[in-house]
Amino acid sequence: MKPLRSFFAILLAALREIFDENAYQRFLSRTGNVDSVESYRAFVRERDASAATRPKCC
Amino acid sequence: MKEITKVLLWAAVAIAGALALATIALHRGEAINAMWLVVAALCTYALGYRFYSKFIAAKVLTLDAMRATPAERLENGRDFVRTNKWYLFGHHFAAIAGPGPLVGPVLAAQFGYLPSTIWILVGAIFGGCVQDFVILLFSVRRDGKSIGQMAREEVSKTAGTVAFIAVISILIILLAVVALVVVNALRQSPWGTFTIGMTIPIALMMGVYLRYLRPGKVLEASILGFVLVMLAVFGGQWVSHSQTLSGVFTLSATTLAVLLIVYGFAASAVPVWLLLAPRDYLSTFVKLGTIAILVIGIILIRPTLQMPALTRFIDGTGPVFAGSIFPFAFITVACGAISGFHSLISSGTTPKMIAREPQTRMVGYGAMMAESLVGIMAVIAASTLQPGTYFAVNSGAGMVGQTPQAAVATITQWGFPVTSDQMNELASHVGEKTLFFRTGGAPAFALGMAKIFSDSLGGTAVMAIWYHFAIMFEALFILTVLDAGTRVARFMVQDALGHVWAPLGRTSSYPSILVTSALVVAAWGYFLWQGIRDPLGGINSLWPLFGICNQLLAAVALCVATTIIVKMGRARYMWVTLVPLCWLVAVTFTASLEKIFHSNPLIGLLSHANQLLASKPAPVDLARKVFNDRLDAVVAGFLVVLVAAIVVESAVQWVHVISGRKEATTREAPFVPTRYAAEEPA
Repeated sequence: MKPLRSFFAILLAALREIFDENAYQRFLSRTGNVDSVESYRAFVRERDASAATRPKCC
Repeated sequence: MKEITKVLLWAAVAIAGALALATIALHRGEAINAMWLVVAALCTYALGYRFYSKFIAAKVLTLDAMRATPAERLENGRDFVRTNKWYLFGHHFAAIAGPGPLVGPVLAAQFGYLPSTIWILVGAIFGGCVQDFVILLFSVRRDGKSIGQMAREEVSKTAGTVAFIAVISILIILLAVVALVVVNALRQSPWGTFTIGMTIPIALMMGVYLRYLRPGKVLEASILGFVLVMLAVFGGQWVSHSQTLSGVFTLSATTLAVLLIVYGFAASAVPVWLLLAPRDYLSTFVKLGTIAILVIGIILIRPTLQMPALTRFIDGTGPVFAGSIFPFAFITVACGAISGFHSLISSGTTPKMIAREPQTRMVGYGAMMAESLVGIMAVIAASTLQPGTYFAVNSGAGMVGQTPQAAVATITQWGFPVTSDQMNELASHVGEKTLFFRTGGAPAFALGMAKIFSDSLGGTAVMAIWYHFAIMFEALFILTVLDAGTRVARFMVQDALGHVWAPLGRTSSYPSILVTSALVVAAWGYFLWQGIRDPLGGINSLWPLFGICNQLLAAVALCVATTIIVKMGRARYMWVTLVPLCWLVAVTFTASLEKIFHSNPLIGLLSHANQLLASKPAPVDLARKVFNDRLDAVVAGFLVVLVAAIVVESAVQWVHVISGRKEATTREAPFVPTRYAAEEPA
């Protein structure tokens, strides 16, 4: 049961990384902001600059 | 005792893999089960990872767990972030896996399942995985520098410029080809067009949801978006049965092309948060989920392969694309075996997130193995179709006859029996008006996937849902590449034009955004337009051109990698990257020269132009068709000359360093010991 639980924990954490949820948490802790519409807007603005130049492969 | 068990275990894996490969390679005249391909692939990957990648890690690259990575030294919580290897594996895989490993093997299945399978396995283990791994490590040791910067610093300035031009060229051709695949999948298909059309408002809604309603809850928004997309798949069935709406969403190839060009321009110019980012999240969610379902589905269903191991078309007379097995099978499979485009990602965001050097092995080598497995799944999906059906779907009207009756007669005459009634029945099962001449690979893949899924869940009653789910999945995938690629190309053009006239280089200046977006969209839009007007199906000429571009970029990456290995003082191991480089140069240069100069007009672009000029009466739009052929020939020739230049520049460097005429120094960042020495390194 424990290996299964840790598999799903890793899977969920990987999904949170892929979907930038972890990046948002890091942004909040780096800037000392709390979760809000304004904070997310600031995060997206910062992320847009690098995300927009990031290639997706074929 | 433990050692003996390990040896016995690996011996068993090797024997199982050899048995599976022998079954795939030696069976003739009788159908085999898809599980042989799966077992062969899994055993090959296990052995490749355990032994070959470990050898490269230990002997060639000498990975150093004590050396601090840029994610540690330059950590800023933004780009440079130490990341768990499993999370990063997922991140990297999501970035490298696109429609290429699905479409390429489906097209290459015209040669039979054997050539694609062998090339996907051998090419990945000795080429693709090695390229991704070494480029990732070299970028990690250079503070996350891009392949272009490494080419400039380690080979020469010319090499850096060549890498830049190769990247722009591949992007333009890639975008045109993937757009063409979408057009061919959606033309005259109200169900598919409605479903894909609905993904745009769904993405916009997700953008608003993420920004204003539940900031940062991306997984939640993606699940919500996925549910809405599924509703759109079901809604598409209703639309296709509606007298009024069916007409609205039944679009010709030219209309779809215009809509895609407008969409590409809009996606490049609107704010990222509104359309691009949510669509990217949605597409990634669907992509990861569907690939997982496909792998599980194939393992559970264990379908039988209907396609023979080798077909008569290995001689180059195939109707899906013209050209013999060498070099065109290796060009067509594309990203499932080796993709130069991956070197952009291995030297992009991923190296900035590696926590410890030994993790580059799992992320770089391992993620490419996973992509290769996706390619094997595509081979299986295409090969589960009856060959007659496969060729009727995948052949252009110009290759098999202008009418369905002519097509079935031609294909049956080749020894692959198929009837109009069978095709009509299949079309009605999947909710389409017709499945003839649906070139591009996407419809054939969707059919194979629908067949595999419907055999396990729901039978033919739900085949239409599975088919349109697969079409939605591929088109969503491709549109994400299209909008992200257009934007990336726009940034690169802005960067380049900024050197000519500074205002054009301002990435936030709206006039500059509009001008450069228009330039990029016009470039791929031209090739797309050319593709849909091509009587031979478009894919016939554009997909090989894309494969050539992609593998030429891989040749550039392997040149850079070999140069660095030599400069590291490890010239005795340079064969690790030099052998795949020599193979790629042989394949891409042969393919390019054949595409330009071959005397068969179906292959050679110049001979096709000459044939058009000689034909009486002169075809409609003669001048434009001749110009297109000559343009494609010039593009192929131009890229070959550029890559030849970088190969020569690199070889000069190798000779100088090995002969002692030049000091073997690299531009690695200085060694700094890690603060995380106590942590598990890999």
